[in-house]
Amino acid sequence: MSNNKKYWKGVEELKETQSFQQSSNKEFNEYLPAADFLGEENLLADSKTSRRDFLKYLGFGVTAASLAACETPVNKVIPYVVKTDKINPGVANYFASNYSDGYDFCDIVVKTREGRPIKIEGNKKSLFTKGGINARVNSSVLSLYDEKRYRAPQIAGEEVSWSKFDGEVKKELEAAISKGGKIRILTNTITSPSTLKLVSDFKAAYPDADIQHITYDAVSFSGMLEANMASFGKANLPSYDLTKAKSIVSIGADFMNDFPSSIQLTNQYAKGRNPEKGWMSKHFQFESSLSLSGSNADVRIPIKPSEQGKIAIDLYNYITGKGGSASAKVKKAGDHLLANKGASIVLAGANDKNIQLVVNAINQELNNYGKTLDINNPNFLKKGMDAKVAALVKEMNDGSVDALLVSDVDPVYSMPKSMNFEAAMAKVKTTVAFASRPTATSQKAKYIAAANHYLEAWNDANPQAGHYSLAQPTINPLFDTRQMQDCLMNWMGSSESYYEYIRKNWEATAFKMQSKSVFFDDFWNNCLHEGFFAGKQAPAVSDDSSEESEASVNGTASVASAIAAIGKAKTGDWELEFYSKVGIGDGKQAHNPWLQELPDPISKMTWDNYLAMNPGDAKELGFATEYGEQKNADTVNLTVNGVVYENVPVIAQPGQVKGTLSVALGYGQAIGKQNEIIGFNFYPAQNAGETYSSSVSFEATGNDYQVATTQTHQTVMGRTSVVRETNFDTYKNSDKDAYNPAHILATHDGPMNVNDVDLWAKHPVASAGHHWGMSIDLNSCIGCGSCVTSCNSENNVPVVGKDEVRRSREMHWMRIDRYFSSAEESVEESERSYGKMENPEDNPMVVHQPMMCQHCNHAPCETVCPVAATTHSNEGINQMTYNRCIGTRYCANNCPYKVRRFNWFSYQNLDKFADLNPSQDDLGRMVLNPDVTVRARGVMEKCSLCVQRIQTGKLDAKKEGRPVQDGDIQTACASACPTNAITFGDLNDKSSEVLAATQSNRAYRVIEEVGTQANVYYQVKVRNTETNIA
Amino acid sequence: MHQEAAIREPLILGEKTYGEITDDVMASVVGKASKSWWIAFGISAVMALWGVGCILYLLGTGVGTWGLNKTVGWAWDITNFVWWVGIGHAGTLISAVLLLFRQKWRMAINRSAEAMTIFAVMMAAVWPGIHMGRIWLAYFVFPLPNQFGSLWVNFNSPLLWDVFAISTYFSVSLVFWYIGLIPDFATIRDKVTQAVPKKVYSLLSFGWTGNAKAWNRFEEISLVLAGLATPLVFSVHSIVSMDFATSVIPGWHTTIFPPYFVSGAVFSGFAMVQTLLIIMRKVMHLENYITRKHIEYMNIVIIVTGSIVGVAYLTELFISWYSGVEYEAYAFINRATGPYWWAYWAMMTCNVISPQVFWFKKLRTNIMFTFFMSIVVNIGMWFERFVIIVTSLHRDYLPSSWTMFHPTFVDIGCFIGTIGIFFVLFLLFARFFPVLPLNELKTILKSSGEQYKTKVEEH
Repeated sequence: MSNNKKYWKGVEELKETQSFQQSSNKEFNEYLPAADFLGEENLLADSKTSRRDFLKYLGFGVTAASLAACETPVNKVIPYVVKTDKINPGVANYFASNYSDGYDFCDIVVKTREGRPIKIEGNKKSLFTKGGINARVNSSVLSLYDEKRYRAPQIAGEEVSWSKFDGEVKKELEAAISKGGKIRILTNTITSPSTLKLVSDFKAAYPDADIQHITYDAVSFSGMLEANMASFGKANLPSYDLTKAKSIVSIGADFMNDFPSSIQLTNQYAKGRNPEKGWMSKHFQFESSLSLSGSNADVRIPIKPSEQGKIAIDLYNYITGKGGSASAKVKKAGDHLLANKGASIVLAGANDKNIQLVVNAINQELNNYGKTLDINNPNFLKKGMDAKVAALVKEMNDGSVDALLVSDVDPVYSMPKSMNFEAAMAKVKTTVAFASRPTATSQKAKYIAAANHYLEAWNDANPQAGHYSLAQPTINPLFDTRQMQDCLMNWMGSSESYYEYIRKNWEATAFKMQSKSVFFDDFWNNCLHEGFFAGKQAPAVSDDSSEESEASVNGTASVASAIAAIGKAKTGDWELEFYSKVGIGDGKQAHNPWLQELPDPISKMTWDNYLAMNPGDAKELGFATEYGEQKNADTVNLTVNGVVYENVPVIAQPGQVKGTLSVALGYGQAIGKQNEIIGFNFYPAQNAGETYSSSVSFEATGNDYQVATTQTHQTVMGRTSVVRETNFDTYKNSDKDAYNPAHILATHDGPMNVNDVDLWAKHPVASAGHHWGMSIDLNSCIGCGSCVTSCNSENNVPVVGKDEVRRSREMHWMRIDRYFSSAEESVEESERSYGKMENPEDNPMVVHQPMMCQHCNHAPCETVCPVAATTHSNEGINQMTYNRCIGTRYCANNCPYKVRRFNWFSYQNLDKFADLNPSQDDLGRMVLNPDVTVRARGVMEKCSLCVQRIQTGKLDAKKEGRPVQDGDIQTACASACPTNAITFGDLNDKSSEVLAATQSNRAYRVIEEVGTQANVYYQVKVRNTETNIA
Repeated sequence: MHQEAAIREPLILGEKTYGEITDDVMASVVGKASKSWWIAFGISAVMALWGVGCILYLLGTGVGTWGLNKTVGWAWDITNFVWWVGIGHAGTLISAVLLLFRQKWRMAINRSAEAMTIFAVMMAAVWPGIHMGRIWLAYFVFPLPNQFGSLWVNFNSPLLWDVFAISTYFSVSLVFWYIGLIPDFATIRDKVTQAVPKKVYSLLSFGWTGNAKAWNRFEEISLVLAGLATPLVFSVHSIVSMDFATSVIPGWHTTIFPPYFVSGAVFSGFAMVQTLLIIMRKVMHLENYITRKHIEYMNIVIIVTGSIVGVAYLTELFISWYSGVEYEAYAFINRATGPYWWAYWAMMTCNVISPQVFWFKKLRTNIMFTFFMSIVVNIGMWFERFVIIVTSLHRDYLPSSWTMFHPTFVDIGCFIGTIGIFFVLFLLFARFFPVLPLNELKTILKSSGEQYKTKVEEH
């Protein structure tokens, strides 16, 4: 039906007034002046701009101009025009390689993302290092992105092109050669067969010239080499097999940190420390400063450094039954060695031929050759002979050296002051330094051949007989740099590259040693993929008769003379030992902020070296014995062998033997953009070939010095639910309650296990899907800190610097708690008071406890966050949502493990951190893991159990259409652990290693009685001691 | 009319008439500010500005400008927060609880006590704000509808309860205070002669006419609001205490906290009222209204609450031993004998021992002594919060993480700043607001005024 209603908008329309009718036809009802204004020229010409209009136009104009002046942000992302085959955005590539800097050797796997190396891990397939790695090696990726690297070759401080550089150097070398002059190549220990061949080729290319290659190790093992030369006619180090050693006696050898192939030894050592297999090695350590190895020893016997020889002699005499004046402790060690003949080992750290000769004799006496050590399959990781280095310096001083080529060593920095290498170097006409970043030596050299970082270079290595390892570049050189080998080849006039040279060399040597591959390309690709080639080893000499005969070559006569020589060991009121720290090592990577911020495993000190002293001595002399945070260390003016150091901080270090001191090498170098000198360089004070000095004096200055430690409380205060330990006998012979009792609560229903008394509903992760968990074996953990730096690099943990560490604000997600506990001569329980418990003893036992987020199923942090920024995942992970976090820090307060870390500042932007934090410059940022958010200021962060790795592992499994296998996914800490102390996996996987570990008798959870139901378990530490100190 | 027993002491001294009461209260509003007011205002303003500067530096650079660390995540910030909230307890207690209990003596003090409450709660609210790492996202704590799907606040978190408790308390207190001010603003409006103040006061007084119906409603709404405010007096600090009580940290995880915190809050609130009023009655010549008797009454509240606090301290100590929990026992031994022993003993002395002297009538009626004690109590209560927060956190479960707390100049500056802002606000209040509820006072003049009391006695 039609609608007759009339709709109207206004009364005017309804009534159809006249004005309505007029206006209804016009679209613009009002009068518009535009038409007559624009239409009439006169009007337009007469029109004026009012002040108001002028200001309007001015305002618009200025705004428009300034807006237009703003540059669009420069976009540095360059897309692949042609996509490379193997590089997929978001997918990591892994390359096997090796790390070999003359101090450390490690077979590694380099993780690259979008063509950038970002993470270094141990090569699990390696037969040599067995997947082990240490903090120095896994931090070395950061050195690739060092702002201070040489970007081009330099002549006398001027950057030049390679062609000009080559021309100049060649001219000088040819001048030297033509007159038959002396050319000396000074390098670190090179195990690379191809490099060594190249050097000899270089020599052969100039038969007229006197060319020599001298190997120099800043931390020298020359004494051992000489001793082996004397004993066996081979200047080599033996290879070791600690897995078979039931008795380990170390006389001042820090074999877990500062020893040839320490990564390999650490791995082997841990295999002998598993109490579950029925036997456990017993480790005696005679030493003066508390080393990483000493901190793990079952029995640690304090001696002065000058007594090392005496201990070796006493031990030798006791074992051979020659009597002598062995102390009870030496006898005990000797008895244990004798009881384990052929399954024992004695190691000595002294760089002294005579002591090493005696030790060789002991090992022979104990039939250990061919079993726990093997001189027929030597280890090539140290080759520097002190005498040859001294001879070189003498030659240089004589002015007879025409050209000196220095590669990868820094003798100006690391040689004794008495040798005055710098002055000697000034007398050499042509000095060429191969260096990737400025060193004291390169800065004195005329020619600086800007070298590649090892991740940009080809190389091979032969660390031990039969093991050939390959290193391949994982990125194009970032700068205009070239590796030493390529330079030598260029100067020799070869047109080949070093890569081709290695291939040829391998084709001629390694390829011939095998029969599996028919074609060299196959063989090569396979080796490159695996990272190494396992060649044949010489048969281990195991039958006793042949060993006797070999040993008898130089036998007793040399031992007798060695013993006589040892008698003259220098002693002093104070004896000062030189050692290398776990982080800085020999100092090659002192510029690496990750390593500077890695706490020393014993003192927990960062960013410094210092004079360590026994706390009793320190107290007697009136030095502060507590330090860290706002408490400063007192300083002394220290004179060592005539070299004076001013204002050296004194640290009271439990475990440092009375009357002895120790200082770390490798410090005193300029780091950061400000070239700040960190610590003191003690190399100049070290007499060549000595590991200690008895010519030491010091006087208090009255000044103090700020030191930064990450732990200011040293003992565990008798809290047995934090650290649990027992001895081997108790573990073997008693049931679990004796050493790992459950927490029982008295309830109205009678005694109940603490885990059954629960306010909360069970979390649903218990039987569905994944349930990630971890187990940490306190018995295997040696406290080396490899996991800490690995975590830093995986999770983009910011470096905060000394001042912030001093304020207890280090950001490490993974830390290693170090507790000193009572020594053998234990304090009676009744004598204990809280005050006394706070002070560790003079010769304490040490526990290293890795600590990170425990991923509690009933997490105290989760309930208190007002905005639900930290929650539980359905896979059992306590996760942080950074975007949601408003930074109340309530979670950190309520965390019983204190593992949460707050971003107090913007570490990526604030000037204070410009010098420290790699993420503050374009180059340093390249090391960041793109899978992990860089956290903003004001948010909380903590261990995520490497959730990005879990995700990758799950996705990989999904792509392949299979369930996630146990071992597919490893957290950064677990994969970096050289002793496999950390096991990660799925607790819902019935066959997983981690589930088995959590069900073992040794499994416990830290402060379980709080009811947090953590997903991280620990295994009770078992010491092979007679008395049980639980 | 309400008759009062003759033996009760008079609450208004001197021969006051209704007109004189108005004039006495109006004196500060219409007269010129005294020199001492300007000096006090100047000092407070400088403190406030310094504080604002420190806060801006803090917000610009990061929470790291405070002395906090990985172990001690809260220190002066939350100490100051709890301290200010505690101070903010006296006002509402006086006006609401004492109103319900028909305590007429509250009338001389409730206006300034409530003003103090409002300002103290404002200062308290500063701290949870600026202690956040990302204050620009502070709105995340409100359960606002959002576009992020099911993203919601965590109702388990005591910090969230705090948000609700404090905001409720603040709004109810503010409304209560303002309602009481309306008739007095109207009186000022009627009295002032300058145009601008007249305009302002007439706006503030919401067109109050003072007729019987209006007074009836005024009384009714006062009672209703008093009824609403009374539970809040107890809830706010109970909830604040749950920030600690619901945690797992030894020294925090204590069921005694709610009553202990509430009495502590009343204790410190009354002390702050004493501090302010003893100065105000002198400077503004209000001795006839805020009498020695008023001060004595408040001192009695201080003894009672101080003793409750003392019992709570001792109970904590006993329970820490009786529980047999290693960590709990250590937490309390560490408080008394550890590196922060001085804070613990400062707290014990100021809060438990010193108020006991008020058992002596001579001392609790001594005005100078009361003033001194009020400062001591406020220091003690600040230390109480410091002891609870810092000494519990700095040594908890794992000895490896034990640290100390070292305040920086920003910590100190921010704290002093809030004191400055507080005094600036209070001084402005004293200058421009009726500091006594003059209309309410008039209702007790005939029952509790001195001259009427004597008259009653004479007859």
